[in-house]
Amino acid sequence: MTGDVAVLGAGMHPWGKWGRSFVEYGTAAARTALADAGLDWRDVTSVVGADTVRGGYPGYVAGATFAKALGWQGARVTSVYAACASGAQAVSTARTQILAGLADVVLVVGADAAPKGFFRPAGGDRPDDPDWLRFRVLGATNPAYFGLYARRRMALHGDTLEDFARVKVKNAAAGTLNPNARYRKTVSAEEVAASAVVADPLRLLDICATSDGGAALVLTSMEFARRRGVRDPVRIRAVSTVTPTYPTTVPDLPDIATDSAAGAEPQGPGFRASIARAAYEEAGIGPEDLSLAEVYDLSTALELQWYEDLGLCDAGEGAKLLRDGATALGGRIPVNVSGGLASFGEAVPAQAIAQVCELTWQLRGAAGDRQVEGARVGVTANQGLFGHGSSVVAVR
Amino acid sequence: MGRTRTPVVAGWFTGEGDDFRLLGTRCAACASVFFPREDGLCRNPACAGGELVEVPLSRRGRVWSYTDGRYRPPAPYVSDPELPWEPRTLIAVELAAERMVVLGQGVEGVSVADLEVGMEVEVVPGVLGEEGDDESGTVWTTWQWRPTGVRA
Ligand SMILES: [Zn+2]
Repeated sequence: MTGDVAVLGAGMHPWGKWGRSFVEYGTAAARTALADAGLDWRDVTSVVGADTVRGGYPGYVAGATFAKALGWQGARVTSVYAACASGAQAVSTARTQILAGLADVVLVVGADAAPKGFFRPAGGDRPDDPDWLRFRVLGATNPAYFGLYARRRMALHGDTLEDFARVKVKNAAAGTLNPNARYRKTVSAEEVAASAVVADPLRLLDICATSDGGAALVLTSMEFARRRGVRDPVRIRAVSTVTPTYPTTVPDLPDIATDSAAGAEPQGPGFRASIARAAYEEAGIGPEDLSLAEVYDLSTALELQWYEDLGLCDAGEGAKLLRDGATALGGRIPVNVSGGLASFGEAVPAQAIAQVCELTWQLRGAAGDRQVEGARVGVTANQGLFGHGSSVVAVR
Repeated sequence: MGRTRTPVVAGWFTGEGDDFRLLGTRCAACASVFFPREDGLCRNPACAGGELVEVPLSRRGRVWSYTDGRYRPPAPYVSDPELPWEPRTLIAVELAAERMVVLGQGVEGVSVADLEVGMEVEVVPGVLGEEGDDESGTVWTTWQWRPTGVRA
């Protein structure tokens, strides 16, 4: 297929709270990805950095920051910021450059050194910033929104706290098998239930932590891969970076209210579902073709929502799909076999790239103990603040 | 003297007691309502753009969902770190006429145990927090949702 780009290399810096600079995590991940691809840094013709807001200017100009750390060699450079979708937009930018013939070998890097505690808005008095306003006026942290979604699911679909805990138990079990994960211990439903409530009905172990970490990919044209003797690489077939359609009817971070449907009838499946739909359409596949999915489990309840938005099951059936074991390793459609954010924690610009790393290893059959048998097609799903959707389809 | 009462955001609400209302704007061309108020352009992509007129939002709505915050939120939320943290409920409320969902804190004393999706609530004036001393300090005023006792 002409729209494909090859994934020749994938690499990560293990996630945790290491207390070092994001530059260190990003360059380590980049070196690992380059070694995996069997390429030298000087073979890279373009570097795309996913921005972090850490570290002042160096974070905002991540592409050049990583290029300098790896040693200036004159490559084309791009830096992108899209909150949690930054990594996917970096992948999208790299793919576009390759398909346009502007670059043959692109290094995509994202890394972060997360602050302690809740994410908070940038400093200063900024009453024209919705992200500042939701903290100032409501004290609405990210988990507060996750709590709203979770409680809504309980009221609408009958999800229970035990269902939510079951997601954590599943993802923690997968995380024990992943050397790059921050948390590598199994978690029991009792431990979830015994953890402190953060935002009713969600508890500490229902909500993902913040982490340090880095992830990188080496993407090339199919022609370049062939020239290097790689006949059957993992390929990226679609990257969805859609925005919502007006009016949005579900409250979303960082907004204080939804759009009004008084002036325009809501169309389509809703924002999260539209993210996956765009990716499926571009890839020419449907949910029935998937071998696995990596989704954004910012909370346990949100993972169930993604099952439905990805079309793995009907609306309201997410908890049932989980209870039936379909989304566990060995199930019909394993979700978050990497361990997910439950096991990694958030390192914002790295996480969408890390999802594609996991698909790459799985599609190569190189995922070790967490390998999904015969994996051929994988999808990632993710969402950034302010209406950034993202989803990547990779195939083998 | 006493602390000065100041709205946490200017122009988002008005009135006292039963006359208290959230303020939004409505597009004269397509009837879309905006809260927080949109004073520039109508955001409906199918709308050629109309005058944005200030409108009071419905006083009552139904609970879309709710939660609370058991840990102190970071700045710019104003709270006294010397005092123990008391969680406030956060309620998302569906307004039928405007066909939109508006978030707000619950009134003091309303816990998540008192709430249910679908329950009716009404908007009332409230205090978000206080800053500074008795002479020159500020009382930040806001809107809050209070259950009316009516269930869906
Ligand atoms: Zn309009």
